[in-house]
Amino acid sequence: MNRESMRSNTGGFASWYMRARARFNRAFDGFFLWWAAQFRGFVFEVGEISRFGIEGFRLFLSRPFRWSELITHMEFIGNKSVGIIIMSGFFTGVALAYQLYLGFKIVNATSLVGPTVGMGVTRELGPVLTGLIVAARAGGAMTARLGSMRVSEQIDALEVMGVNPIQYLVSPRLVAAIVVMPLLTGIFDFAAMFGCWLICIKLLGMDEAAFFERTYMWVQPFHINEGLFKAAVFGLFFAVICTHRGYNAKGGAEGVGTATNRGVVLSMVLVIVSDFFLTSFINAFYVVFGMQSWR
Amino acid sequence: MEINVAEEQTESQNGAIDAAISIRDLKKTFDGRDFVMNGLSLEIPRGKITVLIGYSGTGKSVLLRHILGLLQPTSGSIRILGQEITGMNQREITKLRNRFGMLFQYAALFDDMTALENVMFPLREHRRSLSHQERVKIARERLKESGLDEKHYGKLPSEMSGGMRKRVGLARALALDPEILVYDEPTTGLDPVLTEMVDNLILSTHNQRHGTTSVVVSHDLYAAFRIADYVAMLDSGRVLLHGTPQEFLDSDIDLVKRFVAKGVRKELQVQSGSNDKV
Repeated sequence: MNRESMRSNTGGFASWYMRARARFNRAFDGFFLWWAAQFRGFVFEVGEISRFGIEGFRLFLSRPFRWSELITHMEFIGNKSVGIIIMSGFFTGVALAYQLYLGFKIVNATSLVGPTVGMGVTRELGPVLTGLIVAARAGGAMTARLGSMRVSEQIDALEVMGVNPIQYLVSPRLVAAIVVMPLLTGIFDFAAMFGCWLICIKLLGMDEAAFFERTYMWVQPFHINEGLFKAAVFGLFFAVICTHRGYNAKGGAEGVGTATNRGVVLSMVLVIVSDFFLTSFINAFYVVFGMQSWR
Repeated sequence: MEINVAEEQTESQNGAIDAAISIRDLKKTFDGRDFVMNGLSLEIPRGKITVLIGYSGTGKSVLLRHILGLLQPTSGSIRILGQEITGMNQREITKLRNRFGMLFQYAALFDDMTALENVMFPLREHRRSLSHQERVKIARERLKESGLDEKHYGKLPSEMSGGMRKRVGLARALALDPEILVYDEPTTGLDPVLTEMVDNLILSTHNQRHGTTSVVVSHDLYAAFRIADYVAMLDSGRVLLHGTPQEFLDSDIDLVKRFVAKGVRKELQVQSGSNDKV
């Protein structure tokens, strides 16, 4: 190989290498820039939703007070969800008790079914499943209602009539969701424990005294309160997200559909994700106040 | 050059007009670069019907939102009934809005309320000292004034026709006895019969309520000439021409002449279409 052809080969490789490196750099930059843009968008959106929620609560405490709207929305979110919550709670309790019974039977510890269901339902399943069900039912309805009001200019009409639309439409929904969610969770817990009792005592023939004695011993009032607190926080999350999506819906019927879809999905994901952080936060609180060891 | 002519015509009237709405050098940009309102000045006379017309995207809706205090201008001055609204706080704007009534393009009725409840809504919000019976009485009067048959008072918006919804929307706009009535494209998308009905409704409402200032935003040139005391044509965020309908027809401004020609042609088409059906 003469010197000329070697130079040409080396030059070809160098040029290919430079091009490949530039392409890789661009792709690498693009990847991080995309993530940076996503993160920036996320931070902005969280900020906007938080501001919207704070404004909603601030206006709830200002005149004119919207008591009748609050009662209306409590009735819609609460009363109209009772049936579905009782049914879901009952079958959750039944299924969970039966599965645990099959597991505990292997180690001859079936008397632990009641307390295990009790702790699992009051601390985790009750608030989380109630949050998911109510976010889907009432949250979706909130987004669709506000979205259709937005695209049909009803929100503009309120504003032109000198009525603050956030105070009239959003504030009562936020407060109603926070007040009603713990009540629904309490109903869920009760229905689940009833289902658990029914299958354990009436169908599987377990000892009723042992069932209640263990359950009373293990499930403490603060476990129930923990679940109720979580439920209120989930109510806050789904109400703020769903009202925000609906209030800012754009683009006719399709826009309302998109807003409803995104509102419900985001609310449900947030309920599940935030559950872990809330659990950690509450356990840290227990440790600090000596109610529980750190592990 | 055309704009200078328009400004001269607007200026020539300023001295004589007792303005309910006075806008001076209004500028608005959303992105800091493109100006939707580009130094617009306009005097809307008290007690008259002024129709704002223009092609789509010329800033009619943005102007309307400024007048209603839903948007704050980038610069300029807006005086409504003698009060400067730029820089007003929310409470002051809300108070001022009680002196407005607005009929939306599709009426924007609250779909969970009946016709009567829709008209009672502004009374419930702003006339809290009134008893329920008094509110019902006023709402029934307004519905009667806007020509809705009593048998429809208990209907929901979804059970009403387009014309009935417009009547309820107008009754709601009149509920608080406003000094300024704003109509946002009241005849867009309506058939010729319904268009004429809405025009007559605007005229009769205006004639019954002496001293009320009416502002109508419209694409419909024929309707504009039927009802207007004054016509203002907008272009590129400025007033191209402001004058009486006759001044508008006699204008030498190229864009105005084209707009008039298109409006007349459309009207002829509509008329020949309705004649064919007959």
